[in-house]
Amino acid sequence: MFELVFFSLLNGLVFGMLLFMLSSGLTLIFGMMGVLNFAHAAFYMLGAYFAYTLTGYLGFWPALVIAPLLVGVVGALVERHGLRRVHRFGHVAELIFTFGLAVLIEEIVQAVWGRAAKSYEVPELLDFPLFRLFSTSFPAFKAFMLLVSVGIFVLLFLVLTRTRAGLIIQASLTHPSMVGMLGHNVPRVFMAVFGLGSALAGLAGVIAGPVLGTFPGMAQVLGSIVFVVVVIGGLGSLTGAFVASLLIGILQTFAVALNYTLTDLATALGIGLSAQSAFADLWTVTIAQIAPIMPYLLLILVLIVRPMGLFGTRET
Amino acid sequence: MTRRHLLLTVLSLLFVVVPAGVSHAQDTIKIGYIDPLSGAFAATGENGLNQFKFAAEQINKAGGVLGKKLEIVPFDNKVSPQESLVQLKKVISEGIHFVFQGNSSGVAHAISDAVRKNNERNPKERILYLNYSAVDPSLTEDKCHFWHFRFDANADMKMAALTDVIKQNKKIKKLYIIGQDYSFGHAVADAAVKMLAEKRPDIKIVGNEFHPIGKVKDFTPYVQKIIASGADAVITGNWGADMVNLARGANESGLKVPFYTYYAASDGNTAAIGAGGVDRIRLVGESPAFNPEPATKEMAAYITAYKKLYPNGDVNQPRIQTGLQMLANAITRAKTTDVYKVALALEGMEYTTLSGDHVVMRRSDHQLQMPIYISVHSNKNIKFDFDNSGFGLVTESKVERDKATLPTTCRMERPAA
Amino acid sequence: MSIVAAPAARRWGLCLAVVVVLVALPHLFGSPIAIAVMNKMGIAIIFALSYNMMLGQGGMLSFGHAVYFGLGGFIAMHALNRLAGGPWAPPVPLLPLVGGLAGLGFGALFGSFSTTRAGTVFAMISLGIVELVASSSLILKGFFGGEEGISGNRTKGLVLWGIRFASDVQVYYLIAFWTVVATGLMYAFSRTPVGRMANAVRDNPERAEFVGYSQRWVRFVSFCAAGFFAGIAGGLFAVNYEILTEEAVGLARSGNVLLMTYIGGIGYFGGPIIGAVIFTFLESMLSDYTPIWLLYLGILFLATVLFVPTGFAGVLMMHEPARRAGRLHRLALPYLAAAVVGLCAAVGIIGLLEMVHFWSAAAVGRTRMRLFWTMLDIKSVAPWLVFGVLAVGGALALRRVAPRAAAAWNEATYGREDAAR
Repeated sequence: MFELVFFSLLNGLVFGMLLFMLSSGLTLIFGMMGVLNFAHAAFYMLGAYFAYTLTGYLGFWPALVIAPLLVGVVGALVERHGLRRVHRFGHVAELIFTFGLAVLIEEIVQAVWGRAAKSYEVPELLDFPLFRLFSTSFPAFKAFMLLVSVGIFVLLFLVLTRTRAGLIIQASLTHPSMVGMLGHNVPRVFMAVFGLGSALAGLAGVIAGPVLGTFPGMAQVLGSIVFVVVVIGGLGSLTGAFVASLLIGILQTFAVALNYTLTDLATALGIGLSAQSAFADLWTVTIAQIAPIMPYLLLILVLIVRPMGLFGTRET
Repeated sequence: MTRRHLLLTVLSLLFVVVPAGVSHAQDTIKIGYIDPLSGAFAATGENGLNQFKFAAEQINKAGGVLGKKLEIVPFDNKVSPQESLVQLKKVISEGIHFVFQGNSSGVAHAISDAVRKNNERNPKERILYLNYSAVDPSLTEDKCHFWHFRFDANADMKMAALTDVIKQNKKIKKLYIIGQDYSFGHAVADAAVKMLAEKRPDIKIVGNEFHPIGKVKDFTPYVQKIIASGADAVITGNWGADMVNLARGANESGLKVPFYTYYAASDGNTAAIGAGGVDRIRLVGESPAFNPEPATKEMAAYITAYKKLYPNGDVNQPRIQTGLQMLANAITRAKTTDVYKVALALEGMEYTTLSGDHVVMRRSDHQLQMPIYISVHSNKNIKFDFDNSGFGLVTESKVERDKATLPTTCRMERPAA
Repeated sequence: MSIVAAPAARRWGLCLAVVVVLVALPHLFGSPIAIAVMNKMGIAIIFALSYNMMLGQGGMLSFGHAVYFGLGGFIAMHALNRLAGGPWAPPVPLLPLVGGLAGLGFGALFGSFSTTRAGTVFAMISLGIVELVASSSLILKGFFGGEEGISGNRTKGLVLWGIRFASDVQVYYLIAFWTVVATGLMYAFSRTPVGRMANAVRDNPERAEFVGYSQRWVRFVSFCAAGFFAGIAGGLFAVNYEILTEEAVGLARSGNVLLMTYIGGIGYFGGPIIGAVIFTFLESMLSDYTPIWLLYLGILFLATVLFVPTGFAGVLMMHEPARRAGRLHRLALPYLAAAVVGLCAAVGIIGLLEMVHFWSAAAVGRTRMRLFWTMLDIKSVAPWLVFGVLAVGGALALRRVAPRAAAAWNEATYGREDAAR
C-alpha cells in the first residue's frame, strides 16, 4: 500500500511538473497578450519531433538544447507574422487563428515525419532504474524529467523577479501601454514572451517524447489538459499554474490506482443498488475509469463558480 | 440567400462528378483492405498491408487467379467504426467485392453489420467480408452471418489453449487481467475468468482492469496496481501500441512476472520487451514460431523473401497469407468472382497452410478451424528475429485442431442465391 | 442583403429553383459515392448553418457544438432501436425531429450555465463540455455503446407510403427535404426580433442591454436554437450511417464545423453553406488523391483567417457592387493573370509538400512517385528544382500581379472616376 502511494505520488509529481512546464508558457502568453494559444500543445509536439530528428544526427544532449531554441524561433515568427496581423480583428479571430495553426502544425508534422509513431528513445546514459523500493523500480529518466522541470521553474522565477528583462515582462503584463511610453519596445517584448513560452513547450516535448510517445496525436492528448490547468490556476498567474499542474497531475495518477465505485460507497452506507437499472453504468464505473474526465469536471466547476481561476485576477 | 449563392452551391455540387468518372482497369481482381493507416495503430495497419501486398505478389507470380492479377487496394479507417463505413461505401463504388479487415473487433462489428445490410438491400452490389484478425467470438456466434469469414482463431479458442498452459504452472496463485476497454478486451477477460474457474479454481483473480483503447501512453500507474496486487502472472489481450506501451511500462518498473498474451510480438513489441522478457512472455497464436526452424522449407523461403523486400517488417501474421490464398482458391474453384458462388466455395474448404497445418473453414459458422500454438519470447536459437532485435519467438506447445475446435451457437441464415 | 427587399414572387421562384435542382441531382450523378457525398454535404450544411447561428450571428465561439449534433444523433438512434415495432415506432422522416428536440434539450441544459458569459470564458466552457461528453462516452456504455458505438437499422422504422429507406437515394431525398426546411427555418429565425438582437448582442452587448434586452437571455435562446438544428443534423446522420460512435460528439468534429463555417464566411447567411460544400467535397474526394489533404485544408483555413476573414461568401459579395454597375467584365483579364500566376505557385508548393511527404513515408528503396499525372524520381534534383522555381517564382510574380488585380477591383467597384481616390 505504501509502495503504491509512494510511487503514485512520485509519478504524479513528474507528470504535474511536466504540465507546469507546458502551462507556464501558456499562462504567460495569455497574461500578456490576452491570447489563449491553442497551438501551444502543437509546439510541444514540434519540440519532440525536432529532438527526435536532431538526436539522430547529433545525439540527445545537443538536441536537448537546440530543439527548444528552434521551437522558440518558430513561435516568435508565428507571433510576428501571424498573430500580430490577426490581433486587430479581435479576440475571437485570434482564437480561431491559433486553432487553425494547431491543425496546420499537426498536419505538417504528419506530412514531413509520417503518421506512425516515432521511436524516440530514452538516451542510453539515463536508461537505468534509479532505485528500487520493495518490488518497483523508478527509472532514472523520470528523475531527469523532474530535475529539468524543477530547474525551469526556479529559472523562470528568478528571471521574472530578479532580472531587468523579467521586470519589464511583469510590467507589460499589467500596463503594456505605460511600458511602451517609457520607451520599451512592447511588441518586441510580446514576441520574446511568445517565443519563450513556445520554447518551454518545446522543451517539455523534448523530455516527454520518450515517455509519453512521439506521434502525431500527442498534441491533442495533452492540449486539453493544459487548458484545464491554466484556467483552473487562473489565467495569467504562474503560481496558479504551478498549483493547478501539481493538483491535476497527482489527482489523475492517483485516480488510476483506485478501483472504488459508487456501488462501494453505497454498500458502505448500507444502500443497495441494482446492477440492472438504466443508470447501472454510473454505479459500477470505477474511479480509475473516470480518471480521464475529472479534469474537465473540475474545469467546468471552476468556470461556473470562479471564472478567474484559483489565483487569477481577470477573466479575459 | 442571393441567386449568386445558389449558383455557387450548384456549381460546387458539380464537383461531385469527378468521383463518378473514376475508372479502373478491368484486368485485375481488386481486393480491399480496410485497416488503420494513420493514428495510434498506423504501424499495425501498415505491417498488415505489406503482408497482404507480398502475399498477393506471390499469387500473381504463380499465375494469378482466373488469369487475372490480384490488386490490394488500401483504405484507411483510423480504427474508427464510422470511418470504416465511409470507406466501405468507397469500396462498393469502386467495384471491389472482397474486403479484408482485422484490426479491432469494434470495427469488425460495424463492418460485418454494414455488409450484411448492404447485401440484403443491394443484391447487385454484394461484398464478401474476410476477417483476418478480429477475434471477438461474437462475430461467429450471435452475430454470425453468411457473408463473413474469419481466418484467425477466435478469442475463446485462444484462451482455451492459454488456460491449459496456465493450468500446468502450479506456481501461479494470483492472476491479474488487464485489457482494452471494448468488445474484444471484454471477451478475453470473460473467457479467462470462466475457463480458469473450470480448470484451476484455486487461482485467485486479483485484478480485472480495462483501460481506454489507444489512449494510454504511460502504463506506469497500471503496472503499479499489478505490482501492488501481488499477482504471480498477467493475462492480456492488448495489441498494437497498447501492448508495446504496456511492455515498456512493465520493463521500466521492473515487473518480472510471466505474461500470457495474444499479441506480444513484432510490431515493436519484441524490441520493447527485450532481454527483460526472455522465457517470461508467452503468446498464443495460429501459427508455429519460426525458431529454431520454420515448420517447412516453403515458410522459410517465404520469410526470407519478405525480409528482403521489407527489411523493417516481419511476417508476424501468417494468417494473412492463408486467408488470401484460400480466397484465391475459392474464386478459382467457383470459376467466377460472383460473391455468392465464391462464398459457397469458401465454406467447408480444406487447406494446408505454408507451415504445413491442415485447416478447414467450418460451414456452420465460417470460423476457420486450426491447431493453436503457444510460443515464448526468447533469445536462444533465434534464426528469424522480430523487429531486428535479436529476440524472437520459440514454439513451446501445440494444441491439435480437433482439441482446439470449440462448439458454436451460430444459427446462420443462408440466402437463396 | 438584397433578398430582403425582393418581391415575394422572386423569393418563391428561388425556392422552386432550389427544389428542382435538388430533385434532379441524383439523376445527374447517380453513382453510390456521389450519393454518399451529397448526403454528407446536406448534413454538413445544416450543421454549419446551425453553428453560424452562434458564431456569425451571435458572436459566440464554441468548440463544443458537436455535442448537440452527436447527442441528437444518439437519441434518434436509441428511439429507432427501442421503439421500433411497438406502438410508438417513429417513422424515419421524423427521426431528425427527435434528434432536434434532443439537441434543444441538451442545449438548454448546457446553455443554462455556459451562456452567462461570452468571449473566451464561453469558449473554454464549451471546450470543457465537449471533452467531458466525449470522455463520458467510454464510461456510459449503455447510452454511447462504448467503442463499438450504437448501430441501428433504418428499415425498421415505421413505414409510411411504402418507403423503407433501404436505398441511399431515398435517404438523399430525406436529407434534401430537411436541408431545405432547416435552412428556411434558420433564415426565418435570423429575421425574428431575437435573431436580430443576437446580432446586436454580438456587436455591442452593453448597448443591447440599454435597449432593453438581456444579453444573457438572447445568447441562451440562440444557443438553444443552434442546438436544435444541430440535433436535426445529428438525426439525419443517424439515418444515413446507421451507426453513431463517440466521434460524433468529439472535439475533431467540432473543429471541422468551425473550419467549414469560417472558410465559407461567417458574416453572410449563405456562407456556411458554401463552406460546408467545399469542405465536404475536399474531405471526401481529395483524400483519394493525396494523403495530406487535411494539410491543404489547414493551409486554406489559415489563409482565410489571415487574408480573407470574410470567407468565400465575403469574396463573392465583394463583387456585388461591380456586378450591379455592370463593370464585372473588367475584372476578367487581371483576375485571369492573377489566377494563372497563383496556380503556378500552388502547383509548386503542392509538389514540394507531396515530395517531402513521400520521401518520409515511403518504404525503403522506393523513390519513384506519381505526381500530377507523371512519374517522378525524388532522388533526382530536377523535380525539386522545378517545383521550387514554380513556388518561389509564382509567389514573387503574385506579389506583382495582385496589386493590379486589386486596382482593377477598385475600378470596377467604384468606377473609373472615383477609383483614383
